[in-house]
Amino acid sequence: MSMIEFKDVEKYYGDFHALKDINLDVEAGETVVLLGPSGSGKSTLIRTVNGLEPVQEGQLIVNGQDLANPQTDMNRTRKNVGMVFQHFNLYANKTVLENIMLAPRLVLKRDEAENKKIAMELLERVGLADKADKMPSTLSGGQQQRIAIARSLAMKPKALLFDEPTSALDPEMVNDVLKIMREIAADSSMTMLVVTHEMGFAKQVADRVIFMADGQILEDSPTEEFFANPKEPRARQFLSQIIH
Amino acid sequence: MLSLFQTHAHDFLTGFGWTIASSVLALIGSLILGTVFALMEVVPNKAANIIGRIYIEVLRNIPLLVITMFFYVVIANVVKISGFAAGTLGLTLYTSAFIAETVRAGINAVPNGQLEGALSNGLSWWQGMRYVVLPQAFKLVIPPLGNQFINLIKNSSVLAFVAGMDLMYQANMISQETFDTFGPFIIVAIFYLILTMPMSYYMRYLENKLNKEG
Repeated sequence: MSMIEFKDVEKYYGDFHALKDINLDVEAGETVVLLGPSGSGKSTLIRTVNGLEPVQEGQLIVNGQDLANPQTDMNRTRKNVGMVFQHFNLYANKTVLENIMLAPRLVLKRDEAENKKIAMELLERVGLADKADKMPSTLSGGQQQRIAIARSLAMKPKALLFDEPTSALDPEMVNDVLKIMREIAADSSMTMLVVTHEMGFAKQVADRVIFMADGQILEDSPTEEFFANPKEPRARQFLSQIIH
Repeated sequence: MLSLFQTHAHDFLTGFGWTIASSVLALIGSLILGTVFALMEVVPNKAANIIGRIYIEVLRNIPLLVITMFFYVVIANVVKISGFAAGTLGLTLYTSAFIAETVRAGINAVPNGQLEGALSNGLSWWQGMRYVVLPQAFKLVIPPLGNQFINLIKNSSVLAFVAGMDLMYQANMISQETFDTFGPFIIVAIFYLILTMPMSYYMRYLENKLNKEG
C-alpha cells in the first residue's frame, strides 16, 4: 500500500518552477532517502508531503488524502505524518516534557497520565529523561533534535519526514541522532522519508535512494544499486564529490 | 494650591476615579481587540487580512478626538450613550489599532519554524498561535505595549471634550468656577503622573530584566 504518492506533481514559487513532473511512490514501512545537491528541491519536496508547501498541479496522495486539492484538511494528514526539521523547531516557551505532551493533549485528547507516561518513555528512549523539565534553549543541538524526534513519535505517526536532521549539528552530536533514526527505521511499520547528506546512514538504512537535481527526480533506485552503479551522470558526479 | 485641592478634593478624586475606570476598561478592550486584529492580519485568509489592514489603517490615522466625537455626536443620535462611554469607546478603538500593529510585529518576530513545528506536530493554525506563537510574541512586545498603555492613560484626557467626568474635565470645571487657570491643571498633572510614572518605571524594569535574560 502506498503511504506517499506523487503523480505528475508541479510546484511553483511565483515564476520559479521548484518541482518538475514529480512521480514517486513510497510504500508503507519503506525508508527512502533523498539525495542531491543543494537547491535541487529535496527540502521543498519533503515539505509538500505534510502540506507545509502547497503544490499547484498533479496529485499528491498522503495517507489516502490528496494534498494537491486545496479543500483537503491538512491537519488530518499532519496528525499521521510527523516532521523533524534541520533547526529542531522545539517550542521555545515550553519545557522539554511539555513540548512532547502538547500535541497529543490538544489533538489526540490523550489522557493526561497516559500522555505523561508515553512522553517519559520516549525521553528514556532518546536518552534524555533527566532533561524533562529543562527549557529547549538550554540544551545542545543534538539533544534538541532527539527531543524533536521524541515529540514527533509521541503522536504515533504512520510516517516521519526528516529534513536534513543532522546538518545543523556539531559532528560529535550527529551519531546520537542517527542511532535513534536507525532504530525508528528498523520498525517495519514506520514509513520514513529522509533528506540527508549522511551517506553512511543512507547506505545502511535506506531501502531506496531518490536522486534529485534542478527540481526533478533523476534517479530512483534500490540503495545498493545506486551506490554501486548510479545510472545518471549527475548522480555519479554528485557521489564522487562526497567524501566517504 | 493645597487649599484649592482641599476645597475641591471631591471633584479631583471623582475625576481620578473616572480616569482610572476609563483607562482600565480601554486597556482591557484594546488589548483584546488589538490581538484579534493582529491575528486577522496574519491568518492565512486574504479577506481577513484586508479587513484587518483597513481597520488598523483607518483607526490609526484618524485623530482620537474625531473618533470620540463620532461616538458622542453621531452614534448618540441612534443609541443613548454617555460621554464617559463615548470617550472610552473612542479610546479603546483608537488604541486597539496601535496595539494590533505592536502585537503583529511581535508575531512576525517569532521565528517561522515555531509555527511550522506546531503544524507538523498536528496542531491547527489557531492552536499553534494560541499555545506557541502568541505567548512568545507577547513576551517580545511587553516594552512597546507598556508605552501604548502609558499613551492610553494620557489620551484618556479626551474624555474632557465629551463631558466624561475625568480628571481633565474636572480641571476645566474647577478653573472656570474659581478663575484659577494654573492650580487645577498642576494638580491634575500630578494625578496623571501618579498613574503613569510607576508604569513607566515598571516597563523600564521589565525591559532590563528581559535584556538580561537575552
